[in-house]
Amino acid sequence: MATATLEPAVDPAALFEFLARIGDNALILGHRVSEWCGHAPALEEDIALANTALDLIGQTQLWLGLAGEVEGKGRSADDLAYLRDGFEFRNILMVERPNGDFGKTLMRQFLYDAWHYLLLKSLKGSTDRRIAEIAEKAFKEVSYHLDRSRDLVIRLGDGTAESHRRMQEALDDLWPYTGEMFVADAVDTRLAEAGVIPEPQSLKAGWDEIVADALAEGTLKKPADGYMHKGGRRGVHTEHLGFVLTELQFLQRGYPGAVW
Amino acid sequence: MSNEWPLWEVFIRGQHGLNHRHVGSLHAPDAEMAVNNARDVYTRRNEGVSIWVVRSSDITASAPSEKGPLFDPSNSKVYRHPTFFDIPDEVGHM
Repeated sequence: MATATLEPAVDPAALFEFLARIGDNALILGHRVSEWCGHAPALEEDIALANTALDLIGQTQLWLGLAGEVEGKGRSADDLAYLRDGFEFRNILMVERPNGDFGKTLMRQFLYDAWHYLLLKSLKGSTDRRIAEIAEKAFKEVSYHLDRSRDLVIRLGDGTAESHRRMQEALDDLWPYTGEMFVADAVDTRLAEAGVIPEPQSLKAGWDEIVADALAEGTLKKPADGYMHKGGRRGVHTEHLGFVLTELQFLQRGYPGAVW
Repeated sequence: MSNEWPLWEVFIRGQHGLNHRHVGSLHAPDAEMAVNNARDVYTRRNEGVSIWVVRSSDITASAPSEKGPLFDPSNSKVYRHPTFFDIPDEVGHM
């Protein structure tokens, strides 16, 4: 029985909250990236972005599947993805930002990948075996995502005058959304104490290093840390999530229970 | 120089021990990105364990117009096939 592996000290409600957060990040970013399908500037980039989106949707299935199991109310990953309202989503605000141009999509991807990579690396050692197993699989995928987005951010940053300008604008625009990745609340603290997840703040130094190196190589200027937007992790979203969900959930809302 | 990225030919090795096989071509600004693009375009269904890329312009090909002189002479040299040997029964299947 899967629940037998639960550490008795861990509150299932806190665990569900964490799994919804990590699962919703993957779902919403995966959806955003999939919006490029058929629209990317080159066929090769189009397929690469679709691959990334599919990796993220695959991870969503695992995280939200486990979330439903932990919750114990019989909700599947699909139920959680397609039948929750906006305020029940727990993704950070950065992943629901509109794609913007190709450079901005890649910049968001890089800022997220660097964090996602470090998070999964740590989760591979989670005291919850099910989380460690999902992290093990996702880590390989995300290592490649980071290689790719990092490489492209450097190339476009250190590219033409126009690509440089666009990448710097993207960075300046997205920077105020990066702080939410490192904020901790009671859920994080409780799970970190049980060794299930890392303290969010503990990932900051590594992230700063990966980001600073790539920006320097791409001749981009790291913005100053000012006001940071947050709220997504407790269900307070920007208007953009509503538009994402309208499209993402349309089929199940319009034709309840429809299956392949 | 045109704005198009150069063309690369992609070779994938399907399993250890097999040869790299030509699978197609793609565009990329340099070799490193050509390998990445090849990974994304040609190994999505678990097709490979190794990728080679080479710029299409670096391949020297035989001219189709010389097909006759190049290949026809070997048509009539059946003795070059090892089909004139009697295989002893003890050898079994070859």
